[in-house]
Amino acid sequence: MRIPGKGLIDTSKTVSFSFDGRRIEGVEGDTVASALLANDVRLVARSFKYHRPRGVLTAGSEEPNALVTTGSGAGAEPNVRATMVEIHEGLEVKSQNRWPSLGFDVLSVNDLAAPFFGAGFYYKTFMWPGVLWEKLYEPLIRRAAGLGALSGKNNEDRYERAYAFCDLLVIGAGPAGLMAALTAARAGADVILADEDSRMGGRLLAESEEIDGKPGHVWAAEVLAELAGMENVRLMPRTTVTGAYDQGTYGALERVGLHKAAGGHLPRECFWRIVARRSILAAGALERPIAFPNNDRPGIMNAGAVRAYLNRWGVATGKRVAVYGNNDGAHQTARDLMAAGVEVAAVIDSRKDASVALDAPVITGGRVIGTKGRLGLEEITVASASGERQIKADCLAMSGGWNPTVHLACHMNGRPVWDEAIQSFVPKPGMIPGMEAAGAANGVFSTAGCLADGARAGEAAASDLGKKAAKAKLPKASDSAYSLEPLWVVEGKGRQWLDFQNDVTVKDVRLAAKENYRSVEHMKRYTTQGMAPDQGKNSNVAALAVLADATGRGIPETGTTTYRPPFVPVSIAAMGAGAQGKGFAPQRFTTSHAASVERGAPMIEAGMWYRPSYFPRPGESTWRQACDREVAMVREAVGICDVSTLGKIDVQGPDAAAFLDFVYTNTMSTLPVGKVRYGLMLREDGHVMDDGTCARFGEGHFVITTTTAAAALVMRHLEFVAQGLRPDLDVQLVSVTEQWAQVGVVGPKSRDLLNDLLDAPISDETLPYMGHQAAQVMGVKGRLFRISFSGEHAYELAVPARYGEALYRVLVARAEMLGGGAYGMEALNVLRIEKGHITHAEIHGRTTAFDIGFDKMISRKKDCVGQKMAAREGMVEESREQLVGLKPVGAVKQLTAGAHIFVEDAQAKRENDQGYVTSVCYSPTVQSFLGLGFLKNGRARYGERVRLVDHLRGVEAVCEVVNPVFFDPEGGRLRG
Amino acid sequence: MRLICPHCGERDRREFTYQGAAEILDRPSLEVGNDDWADYLHLRENPAGETKDMWYHDPCGAWIVMHRDTVSHAVHGGELALEVRK
Amino acid sequence: MANIVARKPCEGLLPVMIGSVTLSEVVIEKMASVAPFKGKEGAVSAALKEACDIAFPAPNRTSSKGDARAVWAGQGRANLIGCDLPDLSGLAAVTDQGDGVAAVKIEGDGAEAVLARLVPLDLRAATFKRGHTARSLVNHMAASITRLGPKSFEVMVMRSMAQTLVHELTEAAEGVAARG
Repeated sequence: MRIPGKGLIDTSKTVSFSFDGRRIEGVEGDTVASALLANDVRLVARSFKYHRPRGVLTAGSEEPNALVTTGSGAGAEPNVRATMVEIHEGLEVKSQNRWPSLGFDVLSVNDLAAPFFGAGFYYKTFMWPGVLWEKLYEPLIRRAAGLGALSGKNNEDRYERAYAFCDLLVIGAGPAGLMAALTAARAGADVILADEDSRMGGRLLAESEEIDGKPGHVWAAEVLAELAGMENVRLMPRTTVTGAYDQGTYGALERVGLHKAAGGHLPRECFWRIVARRSILAAGALERPIAFPNNDRPGIMNAGAVRAYLNRWGVATGKRVAVYGNNDGAHQTARDLMAAGVEVAAVIDSRKDASVALDAPVITGGRVIGTKGRLGLEEITVASASGERQIKADCLAMSGGWNPTVHLACHMNGRPVWDEAIQSFVPKPGMIPGMEAAGAANGVFSTAGCLADGARAGEAAASDLGKKAAKAKLPKASDSAYSLEPLWVVEGKGRQWLDFQNDVTVKDVRLAAKENYRSVEHMKRYTTQGMAPDQGKNSNVAALAVLADATGRGIPETGTTTYRPPFVPVSIAAMGAGAQGKGFAPQRFTTSHAASVERGAPMIEAGMWYRPSYFPRPGESTWRQACDREVAMVREAVGICDVSTLGKIDVQGPDAAAFLDFVYTNTMSTLPVGKVRYGLMLREDGHVMDDGTCARFGEGHFVITTTTAAAALVMRHLEFVAQGLRPDLDVQLVSVTEQWAQVGVVGPKSRDLLNDLLDAPISDETLPYMGHQAAQVMGVKGRLFRISFSGEHAYELAVPARYGEALYRVLVARAEMLGGGAYGMEALNVLRIEKGHITHAEIHGRTTAFDIGFDKMISRKKDCVGQKMAAREGMVEESREQLVGLKPVGAVKQLTAGAHIFVEDAQAKRENDQGYVTSVCYSPTVQSFLGLGFLKNGRARYGERVRLVDHLRGVEAVCEVVNPVFFDPEGGRLRG
Repeated sequence: MRLICPHCGERDRREFTYQGAAEILDRPSLEVGNDDWADYLHLRENPAGETKDMWYHDPCGAWIVMHRDTVSHAVHGGELALEVRK
Repeated sequence: MANIVARKPCEGLLPVMIGSVTLSEVVIEKMASVAPFKGKEGAVSAALKEACDIAFPAPNRTSSKGDARAVWAGQGRANLIGCDLPDLSGLAAVTDQGDGVAAVKIEGDGAEAVLARLVPLDLRAATFKRGHTARSLVNHMAASITRLGPKSFEVMVMRSMAQTLVHELTEAAEGVAARG
């Protein structure tokens, strides 16, 4: 019920939304929880395990009961706390974990069966037979338990991530946080003030207290106005700091657009990574419920939440409210309610000697021992020295004291310390380097104390940061002492709920102790207390107290469970923001990309690069037809292929040659200027890392190439060698992959094509095989290499990348005039398999130079990376799997890479495995399927028949083991 | 996690690539036996506390010997590999 | 003979204006990476000073004279943009790089906020001043980021990633603009 004139929100601006299809009218500034309470909706959810009717317990992110689903379709978000959702026009809210309706829920029969469902029930009951677990028990349990469901659809909403840096991060904008931020900001520190509420001020918005003679919220607004006007301050409302990480890094979740309708470019949430030199934890404290019998009915709420709904939102949470507490704070609740004209049915103080100056029925030394009301509280039973009596009430405000919000301080595994006076844990200094707690988070509970503690922490942080803070003038505020008597459990008939979110009772914790789950971590896992979205924010300390009592230990000895990030649930969409869709990985496009796409080439990903798969021509209906034609074109005329994606590294320096001798197995120092040599690189453990070419441009200048896939790896490796292993060598490395567009001109007519375009024609004499030279093509200065990956007379022509597209188009047009044209990755692969050339399919990280038949390429005249280990016995054994060619005997449907090789008549099982197939193709040149693979002692087995078996795809083929060079083994075509 | 590049100062961990213990810089000569080579390549301490390991600061190309603490997670600083072996 | 036409890395993609931010291509006609050989740092800097009136920049710094500028480009290396280099043979590795990068200028009130969505760097004006440069990341791309003015930055990535760069900056700028 909304009380006219009460609260800090403008009740004239109405906003309507739906709850389970029912239209609810709230006002601007309402949360779903405050709007539902204003409309006297008390039943909001069904509990996790027993489907108990539940209502709103709190007014903050710690809410364990009022979890709802917002939105619908792909953007629907389950398990959001109604206390944190700001309403907006058209918002859809649905309750969860009920069927067919919230008021009548079939699975609430679980509650009747509760005696059987205690802690450990699942562990004990659904053990055998094991086969039933997956098929029967788990699906059943999952249907019965659990909260909201995901939509299963791809969420198209926008999410964002961002980085921020500051001198001081202040977490929480209550009285302590505001004073801390103000003090440090005035001293000149760069401050970020983050608070998870939509409006800053913390408890000052929820209490009827005064600061400096004005309402607390007015004082807060004035401080915020000053902060907002400072250049060195960034205010981040709606931002929950979710985790404290190494080196002053904090994660924070900002609700950017959740309070508005989805759509447009506005992100729903932003996940911040904030780096702060210092931080102040001013996150306040969380009130704890009292575990009395049947303490979970809708209408039973934390007293501080009752005050918050009243003072901030002008909402009376009941018509007749009872208050129950073990501390003076509960009395304030009664005072605030009465001042607002709400009937207070009784004030029950557990302390016998409490002095309660209130104009309401007061029961000191009282205990609430029972409640009634199926879907909402109707009556409570109170026991005291004068006996038992029933009191009618539709709301019970309870307070078992407050727990400082120490969570973030514990994220690096520090343990908080027990404070006897407040019967709770407080952070100790140094748990997070650079972090200090202040105010209620530090165990200081009076408003005046919070202001002073905030100012102190702000000054200390400023001074740590080398800024001088002026002594803050502390505003006047109430300094009432916080006194309480421990009250954890009230005995009586009925379950005393500890963890509302996980349906854990006092009895469950005692059972855990009885069954010897005495460690707090074991108790947590056995009972599930402290798990799920609220992570025990409402129940941890009380559960500990129960466990301590049950095991006969003190609370400090019992200790706490580990507090881990995140402080509140963080949507995966927010955490992964920026990495969805195209953000997942950069797309790298060659300069010929558009030209390839125009020709209809399907583009395939090669690492981050996009390369043409094949170039379909009219009349070709399959990729194979295009590929076969492209291969024939290269073998018979001339083909054009963009090879710019290969890594290119410029190596310069007086010791460049010595450096290359050290990283390649073969010798590069003897390479004449103007020549190119094939090179093999090993890892230090003796396995092949990569291969490529090395071209010498001058005495101390080389350009080497890497495979496309290993370009970054090789660069990092070479830098490692240059800086870490051979800093004695004077050499400089830089990637030139992107500087040059490099195009392969391949086939018997390649030179004819080039000579039409080059400013100075070439011949075998001027540019023999494995030579290179500067070249000018249509006025553009480039580089021309006579190298070949296809076995044909071929060149690679490199020009500065700005001319890449134009050059490619010219080359393709010329090639077509000569009966050739562009070819793609499929044809490239066939051409290299026909020649037995390796790629990373073969040098996959477990092969040695010996395996691929290149062991003679390891020069023994010098040291090189990998040489020592490559020479070990096991690396050069004849029995190793060696590279071979595989050619079908008779007709086969296909060969598959990944098939395993067996002796022809041996059974195809692991024990008989002789090797495996790495690359396959159909060769239009040889007119046969061809395969490359590794076979035990393979080089000695040419001519033998073997069986290829691919169990996965159900393909078998009999092949002959042959030399891996299927075509032109003498290499006559290379030399043209 | 934030690491320290001697050139660029404190940077986000995502700018770096991890390589392993800094002992990798003490490469034996060819004359050293296989067992010692295997130790050099594969045998590593697993210290609780101070440790030195190799990180590559990808954007600037520096190989760095990082001084860290595996218990406190403190990052004390980095030295350039180039200078460590000088 | 057919004409061979040059194409800019961001051709057809820029300029765009989103909210308070404008993205435009920085056209790089000429750029060379200069990496002095061991012990030749001083000689290289002197030669550059002599020929181009630009000193070899310190790490994370740029230096400029007129249209010519030098941008630190990683350990022991600087990119010299828009100047005719003296003969540095024997002193430094000199490598043409003018075609290898895509460079985008981002300017406007929201420029810093947009980059804060993508770059894990402290870009606050007090720490990252005009003339400062950094080798860092733009989302997953290695990048060079330079502050050109109070509200303008230059971002350089590999040429092949021009489209991704524009996409990332655009998406970040849209999000910032939508906050109003």
